[in-house]
Amino acid sequence: MFQNIGEMVLLFWHTLLALPLMWRQRDKVFDQFYEIGNASLLMVCVLSFFIGGVLALQTGPTLVERGLHNYVGGLVGFSMAKELAPIMMAILIAGRIGSAMAAEIGSMRVYQEIDALQTMNINPVHYLVLPRLVAIAFALPMLVVFSILVGWLGGAVVASATSQIDITMQAFFVSMRDAVKLEDVANGVFKGFCFAWIVGVVSCHQGLVTRGGPRGIGRSVTKAVVNSIILIVVFDYVLTRILLK
Amino acid sequence: MMSTPSNNHSGVSVEVRGLRRSFNNQEVLKGLDLVVRPGEIFVIMGPSGSGKSVLLRHIIGLEAPNAGEILINGESIQTPGVMNKYRMAMVFQSGALFNSLTVGENVGIYLTEHHLRPPEEITRIVAEKLETVGLKGTESKLPSELSGGMKKRVAIARALVIEPQLILYDEPTSELDPISAVVIAEEIFELNRRIGVTSLVVSHDRDLAFGIAHRIAVINEGEIIAIGSPDEVKRSSHPVIRNFLHADFKPQ
Ligand SMILES: Nc1ncnc2c1ncn2[C@@H]1O[C@H](COP(=O)(O)OP(=O)(O)OP(=O)(O)O)[C@@H](O)[C@H]1O
Ligand SMILES: [Mg+2]
Repeated sequence: MFQNIGEMVLLFWHTLLALPLMWRQRDKVFDQFYEIGNASLLMVCVLSFFIGGVLALQTGPTLVERGLHNYVGGLVGFSMAKELAPIMMAILIAGRIGSAMAAEIGSMRVYQEIDALQTMNINPVHYLVLPRLVAIAFALPMLVVFSILVGWLGGAVVASATSQIDITMQAFFVSMRDAVKLEDVANGVFKGFCFAWIVGVVSCHQGLVTRGGPRGIGRSVTKAVVNSIILIVVFDYVLTRILLK
Repeated sequence: MMSTPSNNHSGVSVEVRGLRRSFNNQEVLKGLDLVVRPGEIFVIMGPSGSGKSVLLRHIIGLEAPNAGEILINGESIQTPGVMNKYRMAMVFQSGALFNSLTVGENVGIYLTEHHLRPPEEITRIVAEKLETVGLKGTESKLPSELSGGMKKRVAIARALVIEPQLILYDEPTSELDPISAVVIAEEIFELNRRIGVTSLVVSHDRDLAFGIAHRIAVINEGEIIAIGSPDEVKRSSHPVIRNFLHADFKPQ
């Protein structure tokens, strides 16, 4: 994995240099964007609702027992916004979209489609990598926002419906408003933005360096997902440390 | 980066000098030398595995040689910018169509991606080129819905759209029935006559080779064993060439 980091940084750099060409590729960006939303929105809903819910369920009774009713909403809201939504969405997108990127680009490599692009003077980074990276860099932060909102709702519903917690939805959101600042949400969205580049660069890179036949494609897909997740978790720590005041 | 359309429709010359290439200690090209003149139809024949496809991949710049060099119109293709200066096309042995794109998008991709023509005109050109290769009205099909020979013809249409100055065909007729093969041979010939494109054709097809070639090279185990006009090659006494040209199935 690590001998490839240099190549990945280079790919990232080439993509950044190509950003001015994005307007020409806008149709492909929209296609990818639509693809990402279409593939993940329902999953994001279910996942976020239940994570928010289970968070309330795990922490609620203990807090209430100690008379800390006012902190349940804050705790759920805070954890969801700063940590759980970005990391969950990133891992979900690595599995759902990163794998698809590596598979598609990998099969294009194996079946000489990328060679054909090169003979036609079409730069594979501009044609394949740029639209995917731009789309994911927009989509993932938006999914994070969406996930945060659904997670909060899940927490509120569970908190009000569970007899051991028994906090009204209104009280839940009031306590959340006191604890969670806009800055915390921005923090999570920013993490999502960074993770998006990781998933995109790692997956596209794996696709481009695919060797061999169908088995090579399978190997690339696995590597894309596993390496993305490892890097996401490591960067999550680093980013949290940096953003800590 | 973008190639611009030019009115210069004359073919380019190709010169291969001392080309060597090994894959994992197996020497595939053992010092090839050949010169293809502008506007020539040059056919490369040779047994399977002799390195013909590898040679084409070097000429179009997909592979870098271990030694030797390739010159297009006298300029090394390693020199930055040279590859972008000339319009070149390659018809891959496998076709190498874009499997996620329709036939129409495949054929038009060069014009679309380089923004060379407005969309309506691209549609018209695509329809015209598909008709040329006998696939009228297949624009909206996906490559997976085509037969092997049809894919090959789409790949040829895709190369024709580029209006290249150098075109490399890797076994253009290998999967075609005799009638389609003749149609493709005529098209290769016609394209060469019309825009003077230099054409390098790799083929096992003896009829195609002797029918359209200005000159022929025979390559065997990474070396050129004969080069010359079709008649000269036919008269060669080299045993591999004699076998190659006269191989016939004879029931015992
Ligand atoms: N990427 C590669 N890695 C390793 N070996 C390769 C590679 N490409 C080609 N070869 C080897 O080079 C030799 C020549 O291959 P090439 O594809 O040029 O043959 P060919 O003359 O085109 O044959 P055919 O007529 O069957 O297409 C073969 O022995 C092949 O195994
Ligand atoms: Mg071959």
